[in-house]
Formats: sequence, structure tokens, C-alpha cells
Amino acid sequence: MLLAGPTETDVRAALGAVVDPELDEPITDLGFVRSLTVTGSAVEVHLRLPTSFCAPNFAWLMCADAHDAVSAVPGVGRVVVELDDHHDSDLINRGLAAGAGYRGTFGHEAEESLDELRATFQRKAHTAAMERALTALLRADRSRTEADVHRLTLGDLPTGAPTTAALLRRRATLGLPTDDAAPVLVAADGTPPAPAEAALFLRKARSVRISVDGNAHFCRGLLATRYPGAEADQTHRSSVDDVPLPGPTRPTIPLEVLS
Amino acid sequence: MYSKDGEDYFVVDAHIALWDARQENQRNVHGKQFIDCFYDYHRNLSPESEVWPYEEYLYQGGERLMRDVFGNGIVDHAIFQPARLGEFYHRGFGQTEEAFALAQEHPDKLTYNHWWDPRDGENGLDQLRADAERFGLKGVKLYTADWHGESRGWKLTDPMAYRYLEACRELGITNIHIHKGPTIRPLDRDAFDVADVDHAATDFTDLNFIVEHCGLPRLEDFCWIATQEPNVYAGLAVAIPFIHTRPRYFAQIMGELVYWLGEDRILFSSDYALWTPTWLVERFVDFQIPEDMAEYAALTTEVKKKVLGLNAAKLYDLPVPERLRLPDAAEPATGPRQPAAADLAMS
Repeated sequence: MLLAGPTETDVRAALGAVVDPELDEPITDLGFVRSLTVTGSAVEVHLRLPTSFCAPNFAWLMCADAHDAVSAVPGVGRVVVELDDHHDSDLINRGLAAGAGYRGTFGHEAEESLDELRATFQRKAHTAAMERALTALLRADRSRTEADVHRLTLGDLPTGAPTTAALLRRRATLGLPTDDAAPVLVAADGTPPAPAEAALFLRKARSVRISVDGNAHFCRGLLATRYPGAEADQTHRSSVDDVPLPGPTRPTIPLEVLS
Repeated sequence: MYSKDGEDYFVVDAHIALWDARQENQRNVHGKQFIDCFYDYHRNLSPESEVWPYEEYLYQGGERLMRDVFGNGIVDHAIFQPARLGEFYHRGFGQTEEAFALAQEHPDKLTYNHWWDPRDGENGLDQLRADAERFGLKGVKLYTADWHGESRGWKLTDPMAYRYLEACRELGITNIHIHKGPTIRPLDRDAFDVADVDHAATDFTDLNFIVEHCGLPRLEDFCWIATQEPNVYAGLAVAIPFIHTRPRYFAQIMGELVYWLGEDRILFSSDYALWTPTWLVERFVDFQIPEDMAEYAALTTEVKKKVLGLNAAKLYDLPVPERLRLPDAAEPATGPRQPAAADLAMS
């Protein structure tokens, strides 16, 4: 029996597993997939990025991951992945076509592998997901304070909430425990901070999350400016900061005048 | 000076440029890609009324710069922070002669900072000494992602960079503005890493390190370094226009910076001609952190006065009228830290 050819839906679903390591979001949600063509068993994918000068190491990771993800779809034969309009497009596209790998492509600019880079951003992704889950909880229940967060365990987080599910996935990636009794607030190696340092630890995690989310805002906006209509391809991750909670607006006069 | 609701603000725009990205100056496709990238920043983050046509964006010239930056009397002083980009543009991106001539013509309004690149070696060191004398340098702008022959970047910790920093110390060039960008070798590691600032700031405590774009996209790493190094500052270039498109995100940036660095180490910058200063100053004075972001303190008028001008005036010894000055704040609760606290770092 002949194997049925891949469908565009299959290939797009496979690309949905490829994430921008820095933004920790699928390239499909970010609008980075410019085009996708399936002809029989052959697949051609074009990727696009927000600027010509996006970091070439992240560009390479996404292109190589996209190539691997598409190649693994049953029935797929020849795969072409190309990065459009980047300062390193020629270099990266030649390297991908030749199967030259990262070091073969970047020569003297590469030292070993991108494994450590990827691991760094997996740790950041966990930190940001942890802060999102905790801040969502603190905002939903104002009786809890930052001083209490060190007592919280995974079982205290709302089951099935997107922030909880996202945190559990990031923990699994790092090999951290995912059972209900495990503390939420931990470093990337699973170590919880001392209780006295927990609030500061959360503040540090918050700065990581704001950096990640802010970069994502920036990248999405620039992509839509660079490629008009790209916003239609973008899906936004919901954030605790998207919608302000109801409440009085802070007056713009200095606080000391009020007190 | 900007006045609003009975308050007067001394305004220093700590990051402006006089660039030439016209086609005749573009050396290759990267020259076009670079200015196109800037133009996308401009279009993406500006209010519609402030968006310029592409042709106007390529080059402004001195007359227009004076009008755009100082025309309505809001900005008191501005500082050139030129980017060299010699691999992308025949005569470079920042126009040294034109900018310096303008600064000589308006010494009360303009300060000219220049650049250096450690990959220029010993000759570059000689050039730095000559430049320091000719331009009367108090500061330099460093662009660690600049291309140079086979190299697509350098670090502040490179041994030759330390020679240049030592020369800066000796020549009285105390303000080191650094812009981090991608493409720093090796690509195996984070191409936006700001850790080299940490080392340099520790080893050159008598120099001020102003990290442009407050370390974005590595805000968290930047904040952590700045808490430990009292001579590290945040430049708001590129961050501040989010006040229009993403005010809640801008509130978080300001909230984080004030929390980690305190109010005395944040500098207003329009990054002209990426954006013009007028609308940014007006919006910033009117800006407040939303009430529901209870994790951050409100921005007081004093904080805004310091950020808009007083902090930069101090770094550059600019004369500020007595009545507009403010005392330094106490150290923020978070720093500067003891090195032992660094084990709280998570990545």
C-alpha cells in the first residue's frame, strides 16, 4: 500500500512544536512561518523574522528545528526550509541545504554546539513560567502575599489553568518534579530559596518574565510592521498583564501630596 | 526646559545621532538592511502623527536636527552617541565631522561623544588619544556588535578592550555608553549577553557604564548586574517609545529599573532620529504606573525630573539651575549588593 502524502495540516502541526528559544513560543504562533507548500511528498517552508539582524544563532536553531520537525512527519520526502530576508539568509540556507550542521555553517564563529545556549533559555523559560503561575495566583487571591510564596506547592496552583500547564511542561523539560507536593518556587536545578529570600527570588523571576514577554511584544510588533498582514498569522499568549483588574486609577500627582 | 502643572523639568537627551544612510553611502545590502530595521522600529513604535516618510528617515542633516531636537525649547542639552558601522556604510553611519561641527557651534546645547573599537589595535589607541584631545571627549559610545573584517562582534572583557578602557581612564573619558547587539562570537552563547559589562564595571569603578536600551532584550540580567555595580546606568533609548504602543509593558520596565537600580541611575534618551524627543518627554511627564500593578511604587515627580535630565547632567557636569536640582536618593533596598548575594541569580 502506498503511504498517503503529508497534508499541510500535518506539517503545520509539526512546526507548532518548534519554539523561538528566546521567546518560548511556537514559531507558528509568532507568525514566523511565511509560507508552506506541500507537493506530493515534498515540503518547502519559508521562515521570516522581525528584523534582518535577529540573532543568527537563534535563527539557525529555529530553521534546523523546523527542518527536523517537518522531516519527521510520516510520508514527507524532500524537505526545503529557507530563511528569508535575513543578513545571514544565504549562509544559513546553504548550510541547511547541504546538511552542514551548525559548525559546518558558521565556521570560525561557532565553537562547540548550541546545546548550552538552548539550555540557558530552557532555564529562563521555566523561570518565566514559574513567575506567571505565581503572579496569577497572587493577583487572583489578594490575601496571599509575596512573603508566602515559598510555602506554595504545585498542588496549590489551579488545575488545568494555562499557566499551571505551561509551568508543568517547562519543569518536565528540565527534569524537575511535577507532583503536587513539589514546591513551586525553585531554581532551575530544583533548589528552593531560603524563606527569607523567597520574595526577592520571585522579584528576580519577575524581571526574567517581563524581559521574555517584552521581547515577544517587540518581535510580534516588528514582524507585523515589516510584513504587513503578518498579524493575522499571530496568536498571543495570554498574560496576567494584558487586562488591568478593575480598580481606581492611580492619580498622577505625587504620592506625598496624598498622605 | 519642559514645564507642566507648575513643575519645571531640565531635559537632557542622552542619546542622539546625526546619521547618513542614503543609498550613495550604503556600502552593501547590510547598509540597507540596517536602516530598514531602524525604520521598522520607528514605524512600529511611533504615534501615527510622528511617523516620517522613508526618504526623510535616511538623513536629516544638522539644521533639521537642531529643529527636531531643540526647536520647541523642551530639550536643554543632547549628547551624540555615534555608531561607526564602517562595514555597512562608505563614510560610516554616524557623521563625525558634521556632528562635531554642530557641537562646536552650539556648545551649550550639544556634547559630542565618539567611538572606539578594540579591533583597531595599537593604531586605534593612538587615534583615541588624538580624538580625545580634538573632541574634548567626556564619553564614548561602544557598539559591541559592529562588524570588522571577519569579526562580527567583540566583548568589553577582550584584553585589548581593557587597554582602551585604561586609556579612557587616563584621558578623563568617564562615560562609557555600550550598546549590545546580536552576532557576538561565539554564537554558541547568548549573543546579547551583558556579563562583560559586569566584569568591566568591577575593574573600572571610576568609569560609568551606561547600558543603552537598559540591556534589552536582557533586562533581567542587566538589572541584576546593575544592583551589584553602582557605576552601571540604564539608558532608556528604544525602551521609552513603548510608552505609546505598550504602556503597561513600559510601566513594568520602569518599575523594574527603579526597583533594582533606584532613581539616580536611569537616563532619558530619544535615540533621535529613531524618535524625536518632544512627544516622549510629554508622554513621560504624564505617565504613571497603573494602579493594578501593585508590585511597583508610583513614579514621583522627583523620579521623572531625575530621569529626564538631572541624572545625565550629573554624569556630564552640565550646569543645572540651582532651583531645579535635587538631592540623591538613598540606595534602593536591593543594592548595591554584596557579591555573596549573587548566588540568587537563576540562570
